[in-house]
Amino acid sequence: MAQVAHDAVTDADLRPFEVAEEPLYHPKTFIGKYIWSQDAKVIAIQYAITAIGIGLVALVLSILMRLQLGFPESFSLIDPANYLQFVTMHGMIMVIYLLTALFLGGFGNYLIPLQIGARDMVFPYANMLSFWFYLAAVLILVASFFVPGGPTGAGWTLYPPQAVIGGTPGTGAGIILMLISLCVFIIGFTMGGLNYAVTVLQARTRGMTLMRMPLTVWGIFMATVLALLAFPALFVSCIMMILDRLIGTSFFMPAMMSMGEQTAYDGGSPILFQHLFWFFGHPEVYIVALPAFGIVSDVLATHARKNIFGYRMMVWAIVAIGALSFIVWAHHMYVSGMNPYFGFFFATTTLIIAVPTAIKVYNWVLTLWRGNIQLTVPMLFSIGFIFTFINGGLTGLFLGNVTVDLPLSDTYFVVAHFHMVMAVSPVLVVFGAIYHWYPKITGRMFDETLGKIHFWITFLGSYAIYYPMHYLGFEGVPRRYYAYGETAFMSESAQDLNMAISIAAIVVALAQLIFIYNIIKSLFSGEKAGHNPWNATTLEWQTPHTPPRHGNFDEDELPSVYRWAYDYGVPGAKEDFIPQNVPSEEMAAARVSGEARAQGDGKADR
Amino acid sequence: MTATLVFLALLMGAVVWWLVRQTINVKPWVASAPSGAQQGVGLVAPQKMALGVLLAVITSLFALFISAYSIRMELSDWRPLPEPDLLWLNTAILFVGSLGLQWAWRGAARQQWPAIRVGLVVGGGCALAFMAGQLLVWQDLAASGYLIASNPANAFFYVLTGLHVLHLLGGLVVLARTSGHAWSGALAKARLGVELCAVYWHFLFVVWLILFGLMLST
Repeated sequence: MAQVAHDAVTDADLRPFEVAEEPLYHPKTFIGKYIWSQDAKVIAIQYAITAIGIGLVALVLSILMRLQLGFPESFSLIDPANYLQFVTMHGMIMVIYLLTALFLGGFGNYLIPLQIGARDMVFPYANMLSFWFYLAAVLILVASFFVPGGPTGAGWTLYPPQAVIGGTPGTGAGIILMLISLCVFIIGFTMGGLNYAVTVLQARTRGMTLMRMPLTVWGIFMATVLALLAFPALFVSCIMMILDRLIGTSFFMPAMMSMGEQTAYDGGSPILFQHLFWFFGHPEVYIVALPAFGIVSDVLATHARKNIFGYRMMVWAIVAIGALSFIVWAHHMYVSGMNPYFGFFFATTTLIIAVPTAIKVYNWVLTLWRGNIQLTVPMLFSIGFIFTFINGGLTGLFLGNVTVDLPLSDTYFVVAHFHMVMAVSPVLVVFGAIYHWYPKITGRMFDETLGKIHFWITFLGSYAIYYPMHYLGFEGVPRRYYAYGETAFMSESAQDLNMAISIAAIVVALAQLIFIYNIIKSLFSGEKAGHNPWNATTLEWQTPHTPPRHGNFDEDELPSVYRWAYDYGVPGAKEDFIPQNVPSEEMAAARVSGEARAQGDGKADR
Repeated sequence: MTATLVFLALLMGAVVWWLVRQTINVKPWVASAPSGAQQGVGLVAPQKMALGVLLAVITSLFALFISAYSIRMELSDWRPLPEPDLLWLNTAILFVGSLGLQWAWRGAARQQWPAIRVGLVVGGGCALAFMAGQLLVWQDLAASGYLIASNPANAFFYVLTGLHVLHLLGGLVVLARTSGHAWSGALAKARLGVELCAVYWHFLFVVWLILFGLMLST
């Protein structure tokens, strides 16, 4: 009988989901709710705490580097090998384990379902696995600090042959753990990334068309697409390097002498690694930047009480930047030796990518123009982002040109450029975003004064750190050096400058303690925030509970969306904002009469 | 990097074309009552879309390996290795597995349980036989002195075949779950699973053909 019943399933029964939607998994125990959780919001917080935790380790490493550079010969604990290990781990952790994980795993998980009006990600189980893979990757990375020889000191780019060959710190277990950790991270990310992409495409609520999505979702979505396609390049290079290191293949390793002896390697191509690495590495910049672009657009519009300027252009710019980011990678390799025509090609594409980026910057500024600007803490961070991003972007135009890049390559100018554009800028957005959504995530308000102190020290301090570095770069001070000693090209004041930079760096690092104190203290003693303290329009602020419960929205009905996310200061409206799920008066009237008619029909049927 | 760039150009072209179609002539600032059901729902099951995205990721992975292969091949120390005849047999077995799952898919559309079950068994059995065959090829090559570290051509052969087999192993997990549904009689789930497996098997067969062709021709 059962057989017959199954066979009787018709096509109509299989629509719209083909397979009935699994009911939300409702855990009963503490462990099910907060440890092995399948709720995207809890996973987001797990991601965020892990990422910020490992990020603090990277922050400490950077302070150790600055101590050595600012006060050479004062700290006997830091030897040249340690210094290179600090450089390497600082870079790798900040770019991949902090920023990528925090933007996509943290903000992506929290905001995608809430902002598109879904109850959860479409594959909650894979989502949970994604976090546990990420945690495993972090733990493997941390383990490399404790193995003999310590973590790898090859620089975050891990260029062969020096990443593998003796003489570089951490070529024992350190480099192997690093590569394995990256592979685990990528597998975990792919599970999460499939979820983010499919959720955005499939789980949007009624009325949430693509062009009504908040730009945050657009940014995270496009970054996810980039990451899904670019991370395989890192995966491929990690696998091949593991084989080179462990069983002596020669994918990347050329025939060479090491420590006076001929190695077993023969004929491999280090340049091949560079191509693969930067094929991942350049999209990675935008994997970090695009979510920041999206978030900052929403924060600016909300706190300037004005619709985002040029919404469609913003969307297309995100898409254009994403597509272009795959054909600029070799601008990281101008000094590696390449055909001059290639250099010309990559310089051109690099400069072209400035066009959609500039469109975004103009649109942010035009959004502020004649807006009702509220200088809240998230807004301060967002405006700070515009400043630092313009600074970092402009030096990018310098470095994108082959002839300008050659003398500046591997100097502090490059360090200043990428820290301004992809370290300080996204981190300012991270802080702005945390302050912006803190009331929703915790239900309580943070301390505004402490937040402002945190902003000003971080923002001005970043300039104190990175502005002088441009000057050092012009002098030709090379990066990644443990100590400079006596040189002919460096002026004597360069050392004073280094000391000043180090002091600024320490001050900024200590200021982050204010942030952590504020976040933890406000959790217990912050004022109740209410459900929509910023009077924002997007769906996450319209949830029936704050913080949102499992399932996000009203238990019976998902919200319907009537408008885009930027109806601030609409002429003739009662308030200065209209949430996305609020119909206009005519629509509401039409809906009421429609429902009345439907009810009437129902009665007639009975 | 040509192979990768061609793949990405096509993919990005498709994405941009789709987005332009979705977003051109739309006035996002105009409010209107929502029409229809949830956006995007009802066209494809999320699982199918996820498979599509996953296949793009895997294609990117293999395209990058092929790019690396063609760059590394140009260097002077490359010594091509002989392709054992067994590889032809393995190719045929993989093809039969693909056919089996196609048969199961057809059966699922017509709700014929025997076709579904036989197709799943053929697909899974052939995958296992293919893996055993690849293992034999490895043993053969290793026994005749073509070790992984002795030449980059050998290294690429082992890595590419190994990676392909690993992907097949992942497919077998889904195939096993689908078989569970097929034998317990859950039609909707079995049907979806069969479809996913069939597409994945076809995809891996095509990937194998490309890899095999590449290794034969170089």
